[in-house]
Amino acid sequence: MTLRRINKFLCYLILILLSILCLFSFYLLIINSTRAHSQIQKGFSFTTGDFFVANLKNVLGNSELPIVKGIRNSLIVSILSALLATYFSVLTAFSIHIYDFKLKKLAFTFIMMVMMIPPQVSALGFVRWMGRLDLIDSLIPLFMPSVASPIVFYFMMAYMQSNLPKAVIEAARMDGSSEFRTFNLIVLPIMKPAIAVQAIFTFVSSWNNYFIPSLIIRSADKKTLPILIAQLRSADYLKFDMGQVYMLIFLAIIPIIIVYIILSKYIVRGVAVGSVKE
Amino acid sequence: MKGSKKAKSISYAKWGYIFLIPFFLIYIIFFMIPVFSTFYNSFFENYMSGLTQIGPNFVGLENYKTILFDSDLPKYAYNTLLIWIVGFIPQIVVSMVLALWFTNARLKLRFTGFFKTVIYMPNLIMAAAFSMLFWALFSDIGPINNFLVAMGHEPISFFQNINATRGLIALMNFLMWFGNTTILLMAGVMGIDESVLEAAQIDGASSWKTFWHVTLPSIKPIIVYVFLTSLIGGIQMFDVPQILTNGSGGPDRTSMTMIMYLNKHLFSKNYGLAGALSVILFIVTAILSFIIYRNLMERDSSWETRRSKQAIKGGGK
Repeated sequence: MTLRRINKFLCYLILILLSILCLFSFYLLIINSTRAHSQIQKGFSFTTGDFFVANLKNVLGNSELPIVKGIRNSLIVSILSALLATYFSVLTAFSIHIYDFKLKKLAFTFIMMVMMIPPQVSALGFVRWMGRLDLIDSLIPLFMPSVASPIVFYFMMAYMQSNLPKAVIEAARMDGSSEFRTFNLIVLPIMKPAIAVQAIFTFVSSWNNYFIPSLIIRSADKKTLPILIAQLRSADYLKFDMGQVYMLIFLAIIPIIIVYIILSKYIVRGVAVGSVKE
Repeated sequence: MKGSKKAKSISYAKWGYIFLIPFFLIYIIFFMIPVFSTFYNSFFENYMSGLTQIGPNFVGLENYKTILFDSDLPKYAYNTLLIWIVGFIPQIVVSMVLALWFTNARLKLRFTGFFKTVIYMPNLIMAAAFSMLFWALFSDIGPINNFLVAMGHEPISFFQNINATRGLIALMNFLMWFGNTTILLMAGVMGIDESVLEAAQIDGASSWKTFWHVTLPSIKPIIVYVFLTSLIGGIQMFDVPQILTNGSGGPDRTSMTMIMYLNKHLFSKNYGLAGALSVILFIVTAILSFIIYRNLMERDSSWETRRSKQAIKGGGK
């Protein structure tokens, strides 16, 4: 009995230590985003200061870094990515799940085989080809590829197989509904829970994406947040207001954390769906 | 009945194709053509020497020879794999232990929802911002050094130290991924048939033996999946070391990764070498992807048979 108690105590101790390891850097981030540059320089503190609003105003008004535009660009790209990836992945999964046609198996096998190949390995061709299409320094190459998201497709397929009986589609046909109408009015609502989870994942990965955007975007007013952060990193930090540095990191991270805390139940549950089927 | 159903599905076949058009159209434009273009570029000499443009001239496999035998790629491959493995070993061990704890009914841990939420969180954080944060915290004048000085310790120049820099990158990879791995392994452990575990316990197997002979073999496919996806992710390692070291891969390029090297060639417009390096990485990740595909299909087919059995049962009604 006592042995089990010691065991349990050890479990909690390790879990708490891991939680502290996960949270500590964000705690320091929140503390330092509320302190002025001079206070941060002076040293370490465990309590918040009262420069949060001042730091926010300074960083949003910074003339060298177009932060407001950066937030706007990041939002445009992430929202469109999430919408395109979920809508068209459900459509693709619907096609393969419901219809019988010759190339069905081939199409499915192809998508599954290319699923894990990362876009980095064809970045060179991507950038040169976008140049040919006159899409360099445009936001289009950042969100348009989301239409073809094999991983989202795979999650949708898994969800569809256990939640969309073919009989539903047949019934809609009997009622005279066209295939496209059936998809929009019947299939999409059934897929809502999966769409919500995948929309969040796509939004977040698009919000965080740095490598490809940094190769495509050139002009200051098209830059997304990760590019601005990298730009800040390459600036001479000794001259930089650390209050603003922390505030920019705060703006890139904290909105995602807040959304995550609200929806964590669904997100944590959604992680395992695709790779581990019940 | 069966015949009429079949006739119907044939008449609807065209819709199957129509609904696949957007996916494949976009896939061809934004993925296939870039892959072919990358392969194509890898056979040409094409770079800037000062202000003069050299090439493009067809040089066959010359770029591959250069990148494999006459560049620092082996060194960067070593850096990448070393940093990956230093992060991955604690990741898989800690995740396995946590997955067992969270799923252990006898242990009756409380607040598991809270702990899962906390450990998964770093996975959603922008890697660029997270690295910027770590850089600010560990810089020569950052809070960590402030703290060390306040404790009477000498300040440490973390980013001048090879092990400290590599270690910080590995630590960040660990923090960003161990929560995700825990959840995947948990789903695997929960999928194990209870009766098998009970049988092992009744037979008097110790918890260690049960783990080694029952749990571990049952979740092997998921461990393989985690290993391979993490390896692919490791090969792609870029955001964290790039921002943390400001693209220099410092100190002395000991934390320069393969994709950082690719990025350098892309920015200096050395398309030939960038192409050859990309093709090599493409082939390696394609092979790993193919193994993942087989792994997933194996698990899928066991599921498929169950579904077809159900379908047969349903048809008999």
